[in-house]
Amino acid sequence: MVDKKKKSKLKTRWNWLKSIIAIVISLFFFAPFYIILSLSFKSRADRTSYWLFPENPTFDAYAYALDKGDIWLAICNTLIVTVFSVVLVLVLGSIAAYPLARHKTRMNKLILSAFVGVMMVPPLSVLVPIYRELVMMGGINTFWGIILVTVTYSLPTSVFMFTNFIGGIPKELDEAALIDGCSQFMIFPRIILPNMAPVISSVLILTGVSIWNDYSFQLYVLQRPKLRTITLAISSFFSEGNTNMPAAAAATVISVLPLAIIYLCLQKYFVKGSMDSAVK
Amino acid sequence: MKNGNRSVMKFLQSDPRALSLLTLPAVLLFITFVAFPIVSGINISFTNWNGYSQEYSYVGFDNYRKMFTDPQVWTAFRNTLIYGFGSTLVQTILGLAFAMLLVNRFLFRGVARTIIYLPAMVAQLIIGYIWYFIVTYERGALNDIVALFGVDKVDWMSRGFRAVMIIMMINAIAYCGKTMIIFIAGLESIPNMYNEAASIDGANAWQVFRHITMPMLLPALTTSLVLNIIGGLKMFGLVVAMTNGGPGYASHSLSSLINSLYFGGQQAGYSAAVGMFSFIFIVLVSILLRRYLEMKEAQYNG
Repeated sequence: MVDKKKKSKLKTRWNWLKSIIAIVISLFFFAPFYIILSLSFKSRADRTSYWLFPENPTFDAYAYALDKGDIWLAICNTLIVTVFSVVLVLVLGSIAAYPLARHKTRMNKLILSAFVGVMMVPPLSVLVPIYRELVMMGGINTFWGIILVTVTYSLPTSVFMFTNFIGGIPKELDEAALIDGCSQFMIFPRIILPNMAPVISSVLILTGVSIWNDYSFQLYVLQRPKLRTITLAISSFFSEGNTNMPAAAAATVISVLPLAIIYLCLQKYFVKGSMDSAVK
Repeated sequence: MKNGNRSVMKFLQSDPRALSLLTLPAVLLFITFVAFPIVSGINISFTNWNGYSQEYSYVGFDNYRKMFTDPQVWTAFRNTLIYGFGSTLVQTILGLAFAMLLVNRFLFRGVARTIIYLPAMVAQLIIGYIWYFIVTYERGALNDIVALFGVDKVDWMSRGFRAVMIIMMINAIAYCGKTMIIFIAGLESIPNMYNEAASIDGANAWQVFRHITMPMLLPALTTSLVLNIIGGLKMFGLVVAMTNGGPGYASHSLSSLINSLYFGGQQAGYSAAVGMFSFIFIVLVSILLRRYLEMKEAQYNG
């Protein structure tokens, strides 16, 4: 009895220590975000240390960033590219995964391993030829150009995750549906799809975040200022000519905010998405 | 004709092979934007194309020969290894430590998990710009701290190798949250009775870690290693944001070097050759890595 009491006392103390360590780590990880936040509320003339929060916070930097940097336009462009790409990735990835998971023929195995191989391809190593190909197709500075390329390189992860998931749905369901007179092409929408909500949310989040954050493909395909996405717009604030650091910080905050808010609200699903992608 | 139609219908309705048609859109995209560019990239790599003009000529293996004596490529290659393997090492250590700390419930556990994972939501390029305010020479946040100790300001990114190490560390710190999540999932999957049994048998903390936790975490370790190494070897945005390859070419990764050869140097042929090199290298590393880790796992389980 005494021993148990001692143990639990030790445990509470250990938990307090853990809380303190957790706070210190959190402060460390939050510091970079704090610095751009506080800088974004400073005036241009304010030359105090980045660590100090401004005495008279202003929204000047935000006004400047939104006005001069076309941040709204960039957010709209990013939204267009992300939404269309994600929808295509979900549709094309899930319908491709169904036969790959159900009929392990030699050809299907080959297709699956080719897709998985694409995950290893560094975008930059093929960007020169892709750029050239898109020039020939008239796809430079078009949304369809960037969307098709983005979809292609986001598909492997989704095909992989969908195939794994469908593989875990009992095959007897398909067979029962076939016996009941369901045509084989209707099994996927009627039987499989209604069961896929958890994996769809994970793929949605994973590909959504990575497409929203993409830089390399967009840098090559979307060169006209009107078509700039967020990452491209932000980089113009950090080009060598610009000395308006609060505006650069404000633009950064605006670009990080949408995803950060969604993440804070739907944290559970983000974490689950990250875990799902790691399951082999 | 009618007969032919009927057999097509029959094929579609009942032959399971017909289902493979569903992979067609994905396969077409793959052929157009993966297979074709790789072939055409190999082709371009044997030319002296400058990236925009109509004319170019084949130069045989010149680009490849040049590559193996080019200090830019060797530096970028060395840096890519550091970004890939060095960053993975730090990420794994941090991720594992945070996971062990944050797996059981206590006050502020949720807050810490949320904040450590937060940077994983942010693009590499933007992570680079955020950290720019910390490591920059004039007014940099890190130099303010250094000044507190009475030391002179340091121009952190001015020396090549130091810049590489800083970029590597920033990448590891920013993205160790993902590794942490994978390890937490792994730790949660270890049945509690194993730990209890071990402590009844009188095992100390290190023994529990060494003989229960580590082996059970092996699958989590495998996946996080593969993800981090491949991700690190592809490093691009962070380098562009922090140094753009500088000073000189000292902090380039292979990806950022390809970009600067193409956009800055108008050497599309040469850039494609470096691209093919990095492509083959990364695919090779991934295959060997998977093989090796599968072998290790089999050893542990068998």
